[in-house]
Amino acid sequence: MNTKYMNPYLAGFLLGLLLLATIFITGRGLGASGAFKNVIIAGVITTAPNHAAQNPFYQDYVGKDKEPPLKAWLVFEVLGVLFGAFLSGLLSNRLKWTTESGPHLKPQWRWFFAALGGMLFIAGAQMARGCTSGAALSGMAVLSTAGFVTMMAIFGTGYMAAFFARRLWK
Amino acid sequence: MGPFVPELISEPFNLILAFLIGIAFGFILEQAGFSSSRRLAGVFYGYDFTVLRVFFTAAVTAMSGVLLLGHWGYLDVDAIFINPTWLYPAIVGGVIMGIGFILGGYCPGTSICALAIGKVDALFFVIGGMVGTFLYAEIYPSIQSFVNSSALGPIYVFDSLGIPQGVFAFILIAVALMAFILTSKIEKKVNPDNAPSLSFPTFSLRLATAATFLLALWFLWMPDRKQYLEQMVSKTDYILQNPVALMPVDELAFRLVDRDPRLQIFDFRSEDEFQQFALPNSVRLTERDVLGKSGNELIRNEFLKKVVIAKDLKQAETIARILMHLGAKNVYPLETDIHTFAQLFHLQPNEVKPAQWDTGLDPITLQFRKMASETLKQMIAEEKTKGQKKPRAVKKIKGGC
Repeated sequence: MNTKYMNPYLAGFLLGLLLLATIFITGRGLGASGAFKNVIIAGVITTAPNHAAQNPFYQDYVGKDKEPPLKAWLVFEVLGVLFGAFLSGLLSNRLKWTTESGPHLKPQWRWFFAALGGMLFIAGAQMARGCTSGAALSGMAVLSTAGFVTMMAIFGTGYMAAFFARRLWK
Repeated sequence: MGPFVPELISEPFNLILAFLIGIAFGFILEQAGFSSSRRLAGVFYGYDFTVLRVFFTAAVTAMSGVLLLGHWGYLDVDAIFINPTWLYPAIVGGVIMGIGFILGGYCPGTSICALAIGKVDALFFVIGGMVGTFLYAEIYPSIQSFVNSSALGPIYVFDSLGIPQGVFAFILIAVALMAFILTSKIEKKVNPDNAPSLSFPTFSLRLATAATFLLALWFLWMPDRKQYLEQMVSKTDYILQNPVALMPVDELAFRLVDRDPRLQIFDFRSEDEFQQFALPNSVRLTERDVLGKSGNELIRNEFLKKVVIAKDLKQAETIARILMHLGAKNVYPLETDIHTFAQLFHLQPNEVKPAQWDTGLDPITLQFRKMASETLKQMIAEEKTKGQKKPRAVKKIKGGC
């Protein structure tokens, strides 16, 4: 394989078939942000069990009879994503430590904004019960109202905020 | 009939599946170029609409598949996970995510992909995401009431908009196709030199577009599975080719009084009506028990003589036909509605004075009905005290982020 990206419609079609197969076999869609949640929950419960016991955020996982937070569907799925993307990068010759940023932005600032963006994105995903994959894409596939509301809120805000963030990308 | 979790696929195997599905997910996202933040951000500046193309094509493909598989009866759409709506948290969370997207250049899934091929900025995004989740957990107690407000449950978007499912599917596909055309034009204007070339030959792309549009048109006319089955079994040809034997009232009474172990009554009336008056040895079923994947084990038991009671004879006949079409054997609609049956045997609970027995009947039938009446009354009273059988509850699949 070469370093060219796949045709977007073909990629979308394959992604759609994968999502359909996932729904057909397991009854649920794809996701990502849930894995972040479970990793943090596992970390806090292990390092500060008393702190976790006082916060209702952790209540589903605190206690002896509860499933360990890392033994979750999305955690295994995201591990797969990491591996699958690595495989794709390997085959398409794209494995390289780089920082990608807009033409007028220093890498340090790119790192700062990436961290800030990640912080907001994944915190927002906890509030909305899902991110672009879990809430928007999978939600749209099963025609849930939440899926469409979340999708419009994410992309609508993205367009409105794009003007203010143009120095980052253009 | 899908989905195969939780009945056919065990929990450990499901986790292995999750890993395998994740590999395919990551592979496709990376191949599509979602490991590049500049490419992802391009959708907001008009220089690269890859995200929109991949995202919309995937959503339309998966949605069409879910609708078609549900329509043909391969997928139990009521058993799959529909992510519930918390309206205001979804909007506020979405707005925060939108800001995070434009600043960070990734979404959670794509940041994992980019990290996998060595993007340092993605590493920062992921670490930031961990910190963000922790901070969210810390402030969670104070925003908990908001986060759990406006809970609308697992609602469908077409119901929220008040339009039929097929019409919504048509609109979504039409909007997606128009967006593809429009954004290609914008891209050429904003980024004339580097607009991503489409490697599909134009002819295939046009063919795919036409096929998708035809599918959308078909969705417009496609009835849902229940309507489809009802229409099919109500056609004159179908009725002529598939005659249904009715259950005579006296035979039913005899089998009830005889405590025939092979008799099973299915009552399709509402919960209220069923609570008010029901025949002994009957279970209340709903359309879910007929159309859903787990169904009811009693329906599948071919040795049982299954008597169908519904609001009226017409509905009972339709349900019986659908049951038989779906493979059930030995199904008989009761020849009258349940109230006529109750009158014939003087079973009405709130009867002020006993109605007159029909003296036009031959003496043997009359005597049988009088005797059956007593026994049936007793049996109904017994059933009341011990409580009726409840159909098995359907296991819901957990999901979401």
